[in-house]
Amino acid sequence: MTTMTYEQAMEEFDPVFGIEVHVELNTRTKMFCGCANEFGAEPNTQVCPVCLGLPGAMPVTNEKAVESAVRLGLALGCSIRESSRFARKNYFYPDLAKDYQISQYDEPTCYEGSLDVVLDDGTVVEIGIERAHIEEDAGKNTHVGGTGGIQGADYSLVDYNRGGVPLVEIVTKPITGMGARTAEVARAYVATIRDYVRALGISDGRMEQGSVRADVNLSLRPKPAAGESQDDVPFGKRSETKNVNSLRAIERAVHYEAARQASLLLAGKPVVQETRHWHEDTLSTTPGRSKEEAEDYRYFPEPDLLPVEPARAWVEELRGTIPEHPAKMRARLQEEWGFADLEMRDVVAADALSLIAETIAAGTTAQAARKWWMGELSRVANDREVALAALPVTPAAVAELQGLIDSGKINDKLARQALEGVLAGEGSPAEVVAARGLEVVSDDSALEKAVDDALAAQPDVLAKIQDGKVQAAGAIVGAVMKATRGQADAGRVREIILQRAGVEG
Amino acid sequence: MSQLDRSDVARLAGLARIDMTDEDLDRLSGQLAVIVDAVAKVAEVAGEDVPATSHPIPMSNVHREDEVRPSLAQDAALAAAPDAEDGRFRVPQILGEEA
Amino acid sequence: MTTTDWTRATAARMADALAAGEVTSVELTQAHLDRIGQIDGPVHAFLHIDAEGALATARAVDEDRAAGKELPRLAGVPIAVKDVLVTQGLPTTAGSRILEGWMPPYDATVTRKIREARMPILGKTNMDEFAMGSSTEHSGYGPTRNPWDLDRIPGGSGGGSAAALAAFEAPLAIGSDTGGSIRQPASVTGTVGVKPTYGGVSRFGAIALASSLDQLGPCGRTVMDTALLHEVMGGHDVNDATSLPEPVPGCVDAALVGARMDLTGVRIGVVKELSGVDGGFQDGVKQRFDESLERLRGMGAEVVEVSCPSFEYALAAYYVILPSEASSNLAKFDSVRFGLRVEKDTVEKTMLATRAEGFGDEVKRRIILGTYALSAGYYDAYYGSAQKVRTLVQRDFAAAFEQCDVLVSPTTPTTPFKIGERVDDPMAMYLNDIATIPANLAGIPGMSLPAGLAPEDGLPAGFQILAPAHEDARLYRIGAALEASLTADWGGPLTAQAPEVTA
Repeated sequence: MTTMTYEQAMEEFDPVFGIEVHVELNTRTKMFCGCANEFGAEPNTQVCPVCLGLPGAMPVTNEKAVESAVRLGLALGCSIRESSRFARKNYFYPDLAKDYQISQYDEPTCYEGSLDVVLDDGTVVEIGIERAHIEEDAGKNTHVGGTGGIQGADYSLVDYNRGGVPLVEIVTKPITGMGARTAEVARAYVATIRDYVRALGISDGRMEQGSVRADVNLSLRPKPAAGESQDDVPFGKRSETKNVNSLRAIERAVHYEAARQASLLLAGKPVVQETRHWHEDTLSTTPGRSKEEAEDYRYFPEPDLLPVEPARAWVEELRGTIPEHPAKMRARLQEEWGFADLEMRDVVAADALSLIAETIAAGTTAQAARKWWMGELSRVANDREVALAALPVTPAAVAELQGLIDSGKINDKLARQALEGVLAGEGSPAEVVAARGLEVVSDDSALEKAVDDALAAQPDVLAKIQDGKVQAAGAIVGAVMKATRGQADAGRVREIILQRAGVEG
Repeated sequence: MSQLDRSDVARLAGLARIDMTDEDLDRLSGQLAVIVDAVAKVAEVAGEDVPATSHPIPMSNVHREDEVRPSLAQDAALAAAPDAEDGRFRVPQILGEEA
Repeated sequence: MTTTDWTRATAARMADALAAGEVTSVELTQAHLDRIGQIDGPVHAFLHIDAEGALATARAVDEDRAAGKELPRLAGVPIAVKDVLVTQGLPTTAGSRILEGWMPPYDATVTRKIREARMPILGKTNMDEFAMGSSTEHSGYGPTRNPWDLDRIPGGSGGGSAAALAAFEAPLAIGSDTGGSIRQPASVTGTVGVKPTYGGVSRFGAIALASSLDQLGPCGRTVMDTALLHEVMGGHDVNDATSLPEPVPGCVDAALVGARMDLTGVRIGVVKELSGVDGGFQDGVKQRFDESLERLRGMGAEVVEVSCPSFEYALAAYYVILPSEASSNLAKFDSVRFGLRVEKDTVEKTMLATRAEGFGDEVKRRIILGTYALSAGYYDAYYGSAQKVRTLVQRDFAAAFEQCDVLVSPTTPTTPFKIGERVDDPMAMYLNDIATIPANLAGIPGMSLPAGLAPEDGLPAGFQILAPAHEDARLYRIGAALEASLTADWGGPLTAQAPEVTA
């Protein structure tokens, strides 16, 4: 069988895809019980009768999770259902404590929305959102023996700490017409969701920890015959690739699946509608267990929970809290701030966007704000191995520091010392400057005395200056700066030296 | 209304994860056919216009505040487990895929 | 036997005697434990007896009373708890082998309330496995026998609690009622049982059968005792989202009012479809029901006939909804976190084998039935339709309650049948609940109290009272009035007429 490349596949076929993204909410507690929702605890220490599915236990919905889901829905342009309800999805699996998952079925809280996705070249693609519903996560199976995977394991161990963590599942409508840009769009869509949930503050958006997870559905259909429109060509059989948990993997999985399906189709073989798993190590997908018994989840309304009926006024109040679309905000800010593409990319990568914005809002220029956060502060954050936002310095303090420079009270070197004091918790920049006595020496008489002392100590230099070798003044400037522990204004010192030497600068 | 036969019962028993012997299937499918016949009349009476009642007493928006409550200690969580290892519930080999 | 046989007293009398210092809680508790020791072999009302725990609670109550501390009304009065309720430190099985020996790491809300009321828990009572049944023959641990006739069933699923009351093994007991599991056993044992309004008592920690139908409730030998326990159990619970936000109804006050035997202005509706006019009701049951109606009339009540035509479909709807919800609720018995495990080489085979061995036939039948009713292609015809029937039943009740304050019927069509008589005929068994099921579908409260003995067999016949949702107090007023009228003639509660159980 000929193996096709992604590019060849896209030449031959029209791709149709859809993405399901699961977002783990960062609520303090789980979806239906008061157990802590935190990553990385000892196994089975964040469990209770409810999330362990013990006989008799009952769920109660987390108000904050409902709020987060509604806000996410609003960010995705969704309608918020006046009355939505939970349903049970029944299937047996060891990591599913109750052997049913509480989810939403025919009445999801958020439905019918759309999200703009901005590609690297600035192209904007509108992705249709079918629904965003609330559900609970499952626990975690660890496979022991064999290769550590599920296949060939001797036995498995189950930890229910993650069981019952609140999730919002966002389902797109089928996305067509993207052609060779399919992989790029898929990646950009998931990146946009990730950025948005972070901007909303409802999830940490960490794909590497599984707080944002994607399943990618893909099918190929023939290009239309002459005189036929692509819309007239029915969709092909699709695969659903699970476990795609990084942006790069999404792009690669789309590449792999498109090429795999195209190779089959061109060889006259059918594509099987099935679930496949992405493997980061081999950069390929393999089929899941073939379903001899068709999936039959026997959904029915969850009798232990009541309908969720968000009041209109509350929804409107929440609408007011929705931040600007992250990619559009970035584009707007880049233009406003006049940053080069590369500079902007670094700022985004360093998660410094809002820090810089706040610093600017506190009264400094864009370039000065960028200089501080991407320069000295990035260096310190790097040394301390913490995020920029975790440094004990506020954007207001950074702006204040810059203000002290701009007004001539301190120079760059002193500013770095002042910052050191601020980071050490010694107070505001002005307080540190005062306490450490960092202010620039602007009293001429003090400077004149220092210049005189320096000239007296180096008469040969004085002679050189008077000979017209003005650049020799640098040595005296250095001496004066040293004597004043850097607190002199070097420009003013130079003027005084030339004055004293009787040379006009 | 479709009749429930022996093969249906076998399929449903699989879905419900209950092993059934041939005798079980013979006995249960006979009884179940009678019951299914009797309950099928629910479809006869209510028309399209009748709404479904899921909760006998209508209420809505009963939520819990997002406040942490104490969890069980690990040993209490595992105390009734048929098998456990390293703070986790131990189960025999899982066939097939990751959910 | 001591001078007073305290096991024969009412709970209200015990509470008063404790308060007056006539008796100690240890004496009361020990008397009941002794009685259990003497007769529970043949009756088999209990699955687990906690003598040590009960006596420890009793001692603590006695000490606090001696120290002059303020105590709840029923403090020191012992109680039996249906094994459906989760009790920390006491094995909880719901009558199923799949949960044999399970020690829960937490208390049900009602268990907590009983403990806070300082009532010694004598033990856990027998029940049909996961409350599926009307005879307690489906218990994984053997049937309970009716103290009136040990060859007969004590009703179900709460046969253990009802038999414990009728046999004077406990003055009070907890029950759970999904389609009649409190009222039908009360009816066939000559005791009193109440299913409160859905949500009136927290379900948290009650092992679920059908979540939208289940309701815990009080069981006693008198209407007043039942009212006292109702007020202990009831009230809002943040752990149960379906729990009603309102305070517990004034059951005790209503029972006091009822005992004055004045029902002037009260309108009582006889449900045509449930009153036996269409046949299927035993003559003596019908006779005692009609006599009771006459007594109510005699106390000034107006009796009217009402019709609830959709009740014809109630049984079918019930046997769709219950198995559907049960099939999901019972999925968690998968051998992973608790309970039985029949170990095989894969987890799938282990689950299949465990559930095959751990569940009894009736449970399997209903799980399969529910799995079918919910499965793709059948949902609308079965579960969806049944939920619509539920709406129709609610509408019938609403219309009926426009015409009257309470509705009445015989609780069960017959007096208790013989053990083994119907166990292989599920449909015949299901018909026991024909009169009790509509209340569960609609979420309304219901009571069964003794109407007397059927003349043809000398066995108890029950009288059922139904009230609109939230109006539980009405049951106690009407029930107390009828009880007062009947016991005045009987010279005491009906249970006093029960033959002595011989070990």
